Amino acid sequence: MNLFGYLGDAANWAGPGGIWERIGEHMGYVAVSLLVAMIIGIPVGAAVGHYRRGQVLVVQTSNAARSIPTLGLLVLVVTLMGTGLVPVVLALTVLAVPPVLNAAAVGFRDCDPDAVHAARALGMTPWQVVTGVELPLALPLVVSGVRSAALQLIATATVAAMAASGGLGRLIVDGQLLGPSGYPEMFAGAVIVGVLAIAVDLLLGAIGWILRMVTYRRGRLTLTTERQVAV
Amino acid sequence: MNWAWIQDNRGMLAGLLWTHVVQSVVPVLAALVISIPLGRLVYRGGRAVQGVVLAVLGVVYSIPSLALFVALPVVLGTRILDPVNVMVALTIYCVALLVRSVVDGFSGVPPAVRSSAEAMGFGPFRRVWAVELPLAVPVIVGGLRVATVSNIALVSVGAVIGQGALGRLFDQGFEDGFLTPILVGLVLSVALALVADAAILLGQRLAAPWLARGRVS
Repeated sequence: MNLFGYLGDAANWAGPGGIWERIGEHMGYVAVSLLVAMIIGIPVGAAVGHYRRGQVLVVQTSNAARSIPTLGLLVLVVTLMGTGLVPVVLALTVLAVPPVLNAAAVGFRDCDPDAVHAARALGMTPWQVVTGVELPLALPLVVSGVRSAALQLIATATVAAMAASGGLGRLIVDGQLLGPSGYPEMFAGAVIVGVLAIAVDLLLGAIGWILRMVTYRRGRLTLTTERQVAV
Repeated sequence: MNWAWIQDNRGMLAGLLWTHVVQSVVPVLAALVISIPLGRLVYRGGRAVQGVVLAVLGVVYSIPSLALFVALPVVLGTRILDPVNVMVALTIYCVALLVRSVVDGFSGVPPAVRSSAEAMGFGPFRRVWAVELPLAVPVIVGGLRVATVSNIALVSVGAVIGQGALGRLFDQGFEDGFLTPILVGLVLSVALALVADAAILLGQRLAAPWLARGRVS
């Protein structure tokens, strides 16, 4: 059996149901649910961190979310709402909100108090303080939350194939139906999804690193809680 | 919720729950045994070694679980349906997580404590075993809790490739369009995670009673 036979055959990449289309579907699920999670998670997290209210609830929610079996949540939503794009994206979004929300809350809470006080003393309005001072200081942490969420989504979008959706998990599920001769197809799915995850991880890691260098390079401001959020 | 179905399938549910416990807890224990010496070694390697090793482990941790379950038979020479694949994959994730905790734990030991132990005549082994490791316990336990809870959630993913313990209930419920097994699987899995988390906290209380008294933090 040629392990790379499936990956190496150009016919498997092109056309409907080909690998390119599967990658497109996969990244489509991830992009849409990540965007929705950011639209919800970043403003709510900013409010929680800025006003210092409800932080315990946010931390406990994001810890509890870790115990939810992703496959169970997906299957539950799909069984209740039917298959299709909306139920899958809904389930994925539920999983992506907690890491983004938690990172944003911690980021906005722990930005250097001296910088915030100085901004207030200069007469900046609360809105200017949040968008002009706290946001840039919190941004590296927010990006690390988005990174965790993106990785969670890439992994879970693969599992979604069992609940009758598209994406790279299809290669794994369809390959398995063929018995032992389908293993190269399963292996292809595993390799592509692994490469995709590593690439996204490195990309978002690099963006976070650049932001950190830009904001914190002078060493006057401190980012204290970075370690607690990094997974 | 169909209670009669639960009644009729008690034996099967208990079996799946037990499989779930084995498939999630064994990897955590294996990873703990590997990570403490490995983490100590990495810590001793200095900043450069720590940076490289932790970066590599971060990349490993980012690989989706299903991809690892599917690819491992190639490395291990196992069959695709062998539960060993799932357990080895989970062990790898736990090691990736725990080595970082162990390094952070040892890094957090105050240098003054280390010097005091040395001045009191503690040899290198006893200093690590009796002074540094106990001080690193809270950080390591923090990592252990995350690893255990994540593991219990991840075992279900194996259902996509015919494993999955409680995850099989999700497969079954989806195939039949029947909600009861799905809900039972979710409840048992989350409950197991809560119990395991509480057990680790209790274990820490017993193994490191000084933390509860708040004398050393």
